[in-house]
Amino acid sequence: MYEKDGEKYFVLDTHTHFWDASPENWVEGAEEYAKGWIECFHAYQGLGPPDTHWPIEKFQKYSEEDFVRDMFEEGHVDVAIFQPTYLKSWYRNGFNTAQQDATLAEKYPDRLILNGRWDPREGEAGLRQLEEDAKRYRLKGVKLYTAEWHNGSRGWTLKDDAAQPFFEKCIELGITNIHVHKGPTIWPLDKDAFDVSDVDRVATDYQELNFIVEHVGLPRIEDFCFMATQEPNVYAGLAVVIGGLMHARPRFFAKVMGELLFWVGEDKMLFGADYAIWEPKWQVEGLVDWNYPDDTFSDYPAFTNASKKKILGLNAAKLYGVEVPEECRLPVEEGTPAAREDAELVEGRG
Amino acid sequence: MTDRADVLGALGTVYDPELDEPITSLRFVTSCDVSAAGDVDVRLRLPTPQCAPNFAYLMAADARDAVLRLPEVGTVTVVLEDHYTGDEINAAVGRGGTFADAFPGETDGELDALRELFRRKALVARQSRLCERLLAGGATVGDVAARRVADLPDNPDARRCIELRAHLDIRSDEDAPAFVLPGGEPIAASDLRQWLRTASLVRTSLEANGGICRSLLRVRYGITDPEEVAA
Repeated sequence: MYEKDGEKYFVLDTHTHFWDASPENWVEGAEEYAKGWIECFHAYQGLGPPDTHWPIEKFQKYSEEDFVRDMFEEGHVDVAIFQPTYLKSWYRNGFNTAQQDATLAEKYPDRLILNGRWDPREGEAGLRQLEEDAKRYRLKGVKLYTAEWHNGSRGWTLKDDAAQPFFEKCIELGITNIHVHKGPTIWPLDKDAFDVSDVDRVATDYQELNFIVEHVGLPRIEDFCFMATQEPNVYAGLAVVIGGLMHARPRFFAKVMGELLFWVGEDKMLFGADYAIWEPKWQVEGLVDWNYPDDTFSDYPAFTNASKKKILGLNAAKLYGVEVPEECRLPVEEGTPAAREDAELVEGRG
Repeated sequence: MTDRADVLGALGTVYDPELDEPITSLRFVTSCDVSAAGDVDVRLRLPTPQCAPNFAYLMAADARDAVLRLPEVGTVTVVLEDHYTGDEINAAVGRGGTFADAFPGETDGELDALRELFRRKALVARQSRLCERLLAGGATVGDVAARRVADLPDNPDARRCIELRAHLDIRSDEDAPAFVLPGGEPIAASDLRQWLRTASLVRTSLEANGGICRSLLRVRYGITDPEEVAA
């Protein structure tokens, strides 16, 4: 919990990692990719305040003590959700698997929620694995990484026929939160890898499920917003938005936040620090202190204490059934509805 | 004889297709040398080693084409450095090959559709900047919708809009409407506010993306970055 000026904020960090990108874990022959991947992440850390930067050696593999201190002791995080990223083509034991995360989650069962994953290209075996994982880890969510390589395939989309049984299985197993990575990716080579139209389709087809678009489709925020206004079960995962912009590009951050508050709305935005790319401490404190820099932003929705509480934790607590201490709750009220305007003029669909 | 300034001038006409900014002002040109014999060697760099290969290829290929169009130029070498698909891209660009040549079997075709998609976004974003300036200056939506191309100010956004319209086959003669939808239809006064609401989101997205790219480049190469460019 974070307290400032008498206000108490329950912090649910929806996007965290416990990874191993050390050279010992690089796949032989794929060292270039394994090294490039973690260096790329490390460059993003450079967008945060200088006193939060780590040397690359620590960044490749950090300890349990680092995690506990940076998240819980100093980072104000009450509960965090692990979002695994396997990348087994590049990292022998995986970059950040559910098994790795589970070693920590088992020690802090009240504070760490473990999300699973699936990949439609694994077929029947993948479905069985999902069932097993759901039982073992009591999954309420999964992280899908559509750009991941698999047996010569370099990506898939949520619309693929092969993915549909997995959505059905999620509904059956009570896995209601589908986090989709839509952010900087590489494949397929000839397309724009940030296309969110597949989320649009499945969000309509599976109304029982919530779709959290991680990184709000950055750098295609507009495509994400136009889609999210049409789909009541689509949420904005703010990982990278806060870490990548709040410190490095404060005016752009203000505009992006204003647009998200307008199009998506404060009830559907979820805080994610994206540790260990960025530590949560400065992000939580910064967001609570934040407001629009001047009145040129007056057309955007207000950013109130209630907005901060919802975004930092209350919205995600609702999705994951996490109990929030009385003192951090908001009185029951209607949320500020977001725009439901039609984007056809810009998209040229009309 | 072509000199370094000519080459830099040519490179200034090469745009990052995603950000719609020249690769020179984005500081993607690391070095540019012209030998006594007129041979040109250009080195390019990007914000991360894993920037999308499609856009990386387009910038390298466009850079080579732009320099080759100069009169009296010798051999032209364009090298994308520090990129995970640099070898493939450099080999294909070096022999004047296509994107499919660079990545055989990994692409269904060329990048024309992708380029066009981003030109449309760029046109929307630039028009929104022009439009907002007019409204801030006291023009009404009716005034703005009635503007012709001839009424546009002489500034980089307006000039770029005309270039983009030419690429997109949208007429831009003096009498053509100044503000158009991606298909070329004029924006009606009654639609202008709503159009602007969505257009400014496209613009914010583009500008924020450019901001992240600049920050990453700065971190990667330790260069100074004076201030935020827009917003």
